[in-house]
Amino acid sequence: MLLAMVDLPAQDKPTRPPRTPRRGFTRLSRLQTIGVAYLLLGVTLVVQVAGALDPAQVVFLFGLGDGVPQVGVQPAAFTLGTGLLFVLAGVVALGERWTGRYAGVALLVATVLFVPLVLVTSLALSAAGTMNVVPLMGESLRVGTPVALGALAGLYAERSGVVNIGIEGMMLAGAGVGFVVYAVLGAAGGWPLYVSVVVAVAVGGLMAALHALLSVTFRTDQIVSGVAINLLAIGLTSFLRREVLLPLGIGGGSTLPTIEIPLLADLPLVGRSLFVGKPIYFTMFLIFALTQVVLFRSAWGLRVRSVGENPHAAETLGIDVVKTRYQAVIVGGLLAGLAGAWFTLETVGTFDNLITNGKGFIALAALIFGKWRPWSAFGGAVLFGFAEALGRRIQLLDVSVGGFPVPSQFLQVLPFVVTIVVLAGAIGRAIPPASVGVPFERSR
Amino acid sequence: MALQSGADQPGADESRADEASPDVVLEARGITKRFPGVLANDTVDFALRRGQVHCLLGENGAGKSTLMNVVFGLYQPDAGELLVRGEPVRFRSSADAIAAGIGMVHQHFQLVPVMAVWENVVLGDELTRGPLLDRGAARARIAELSERYSLAIDPDAVVGELSVGAQQRVELLKALFRDADILILDEPTAVLTPQEVDGFFEIVRSLLDRGISVVFITHKLREVLAVADEVTVLRGGKAVGRADPRTATQGSLATLMVGRDVSFEVDKAPAEPGAVVLRVVDLTVADDRGVPTVSGLELQVRAGEIFGVAGVEGNGQRELVEAITGIRPSVSGSVAIGGTDVTGWNPRRIADLGVGHVPEDRSKDGLVGPFSLADNLVLNRYHRAEFSRRFVVRRDAVRRNAERLVADFDVRTTGVDVPAGTLSGGNQQKLVIARELSADLSLLIVAQPTRGLDVGSIEFIHRQIVARRDEGVAVLLVSAELDEVLSLADRVGVLYRGRFAEVLDREEATRRRCGMLMGGADQHAEEVA
Ligand SMILES: Nc1ncnc2c1ncn2[C@@H]1O[C@H](COP(=O)(O)OP(=O)(O)O)[C@@H](O)[C@H]1O
Ligand SMILES: [Mg+2]
Repeated sequence: MLLAMVDLPAQDKPTRPPRTPRRGFTRLSRLQTIGVAYLLLGVTLVVQVAGALDPAQVVFLFGLGDGVPQVGVQPAAFTLGTGLLFVLAGVVALGERWTGRYAGVALLVATVLFVPLVLVTSLALSAAGTMNVVPLMGESLRVGTPVALGALAGLYAERSGVVNIGIEGMMLAGAGVGFVVYAVLGAAGGWPLYVSVVVAVAVGGLMAALHALLSVTFRTDQIVSGVAINLLAIGLTSFLRREVLLPLGIGGGSTLPTIEIPLLADLPLVGRSLFVGKPIYFTMFLIFALTQVVLFRSAWGLRVRSVGENPHAAETLGIDVVKTRYQAVIVGGLLAGLAGAWFTLETVGTFDNLITNGKGFIALAALIFGKWRPWSAFGGAVLFGFAEALGRRIQLLDVSVGGFPVPSQFLQVLPFVVTIVVLAGAIGRAIPPASVGVPFERSR
Repeated sequence: MALQSGADQPGADESRADEASPDVVLEARGITKRFPGVLANDTVDFALRRGQVHCLLGENGAGKSTLMNVVFGLYQPDAGELLVRGEPVRFRSSADAIAAGIGMVHQHFQLVPVMAVWENVVLGDELTRGPLLDRGAARARIAELSERYSLAIDPDAVVGELSVGAQQRVELLKALFRDADILILDEPTAVLTPQEVDGFFEIVRSLLDRGISVVFITHKLREVLAVADEVTVLRGGKAVGRADPRTATQGSLATLMVGRDVSFEVDKAPAEPGAVVLRVVDLTVADDRGVPTVSGLELQVRAGEIFGVAGVEGNGQRELVEAITGIRPSVSGSVAIGGTDVTGWNPRRIADLGVGHVPEDRSKDGLVGPFSLADNLVLNRYHRAEFSRRFVVRRDAVRRNAERLVADFDVRTTGVDVPAGTLSGGNQQKLVIARELSADLSLLIVAQPTRGLDVGSIEFIHRQIVARRDEGVAVLLVSAELDEVLSLADRVGVLYRGRFAEVLDREEATRRRCGMLMGGADQHAEEVA
């Protein structure tokens, strides 16, 4: 019999279960595949790129003001070193059978290095020679805020067993209706601003209640119901804009005030970038901490998780599955509404059609990326925030290779494509709540 | 004999029910429950006395689970009333039943596998400190209960990683945690080995000692005689009688349960084994998670014999059958059928060698529910010249085939064009059997062929399998019911953790010996002891 299998442990050494068995041809495991990619990339860096870079130093600043720490990097040396490390990581991953757990670790290290690599090479290839890292981090968090809140909106719904692809619509409705109310009240800051935020939150909750009505009570397909929510939000907000906002002639208004967190804002280096910000941005951190506690330490959280995993088991213990799902979906909707307020009332100060620009879908990706866990989903959201913040900077740098400008979208998309691929490989498959998407029918 | 037939004397029951005897803790009067197309319970009376075990006996589909789901508040009865400790009650949901002191261990476990034991236990009745769950108190309470009833459950274990027996004890804990003093156990022994069943009865006795009253649902006569204080027999949704377990026999109970005399023996002549048809060498197969559940298994089945695979479910039965039939790739080792190495072949090529396969889950793997009977009967051969002309199926041939098989295999249906999914379980299984057994066979693989069927269908299917053996077909029979294996097989292999603990000739294979092997007992240790 022709058997060529690389990743089969010897019979007498059953340390790890064999991976998906396939007969007849050699098959690389997930880690090994990624290892090959890193190996090739490493070789390219060492052979092709390192020598071609401008030898002038690039400088990274850490913090605002004078006398902040700075790190000078020799692009050629850095690229060479990183390239060699990639080669090493690739080899370690390929030899997964012998290196065991280190394979995953090596890939993780390589992935972490990927971000500075993109920064260094793009700086070296552009006219500018310096970049400030701390504001970049701050901006990642800020830009990641609606994505993070949206991910939480999905988290509550999906943990209770209801797929929520209507996050985008809930956000958009919150952003639009919230701002229309603000405009009607004069759009001049003060208490109407806060009232409008509350309205935005409530509208998100209302849209979610509609989603729950369709998918929990009427047991419509949850995807279809989510799409309906999205379409409804687009129609509703563009109608309100044309009929209410434009006739009022209010182009823009003042947004939520910037606040400083006492003491923390005065921290050296990072204080001004991370601890000076606007209310929804800070609230987002609070809500994450709260969600972690509510979902995993409170009775209600236990019930939400149980109806998302096995609603029939919950029912036999006297839990009202329908009610619990309604509650979870609506709580999520409130957060999506808050994310909507971030766009119009905290950041931009006006409403344009489709202002949420797909962030609700990215939030869903962050949620899955974070395997339906609050802090991991937060990590996913910040990652997307980082990719966007980085993209904005690189856009301004005019990176060019041999006189040809490199499209900024290319560099901007690279880090997170790679991160997703690698994390998906190194961390493994994300397993959703067991009953997500399955309509629940009460026993009668 | 102390059998009184309730169905024949409804008046007698009525008068008894109205007395409201003081030690009756739970009583159902005239419960009727209708599902679309099925009368699952038809004016059923039932009474449980304090500190007793009341067995609810009946075939699959008799309405036992339905009756108890009504008692537990999960189903609303169409008619009838419930009394708990003499008081009439109406349960709107199981929360009401739990509050009334009723606990239920369901036939299909109601657990959340990804959560810890303590989370599963407190769910719905959470101990809290301020706004948060009080994990410490919950664990202490569970540890104490586990100790008191010798359940040996770690409150922090993840439920999905526990054995089936331990999961069942977690279900018990859930009821005990809520201070249930009326406990309903729905077919608790179906998933246990004979030795585990003995351990389980110990637990039941310690519950009784603490004043808990137990409703014990089963369709196994042996168990009724072992634990019951009182027996109610259900048949076709009706309570057809009561029996006193001290004087009843298995035979008398079976007659009451089935409605006619039944024989437990399968008539069969001694086997006349021929050449080896199926040869499995050093086979290792992984389950869906990549964990090898069949490891280094050796097996030979000869023409004209039935090789029975006994064992607790989850010891590799499913993976073994799927690997032999080509549905699941194996990790290593080889499978040969009739001298041809078929390792790595696809299912159709293997089937075309004359291999019939009756899968364990008929509705999921054996049939296409929305397709007609006729189409289902050619699923494995529609491509042959007999049924197709180039790309066109010959409807007339398909129809004639179906009419013949439906008659031969006694499939009760209104026609061959109705969707297969509308048939009852027994008739669906006969349909699968008809398709697989009517082919030109050299090897027949049947998994759980009679699960959930009525006695009549079981007898019919057993006769069909034996007839195929007598024609010289090699038969591999996999069943979780040890009695089924012992009554059909010519040789018995006890599967334990992915390989045969022992392969026994039929004469050596006693219930006791198989039971020990199913539980992983070491053969030599037994001999020394
Ligand atoms: N939820 C349900 N919906 C429709 N029919 C059901 C349902 N539950 C049970 N039945 C039907 O009611 C009858 C009795 O079932 P059940 O009480 O589960 O029997 P048992 O527990 O005695 O095996 C069967 O014919 C079954 O198909
Ligand atoms: Mg049942």
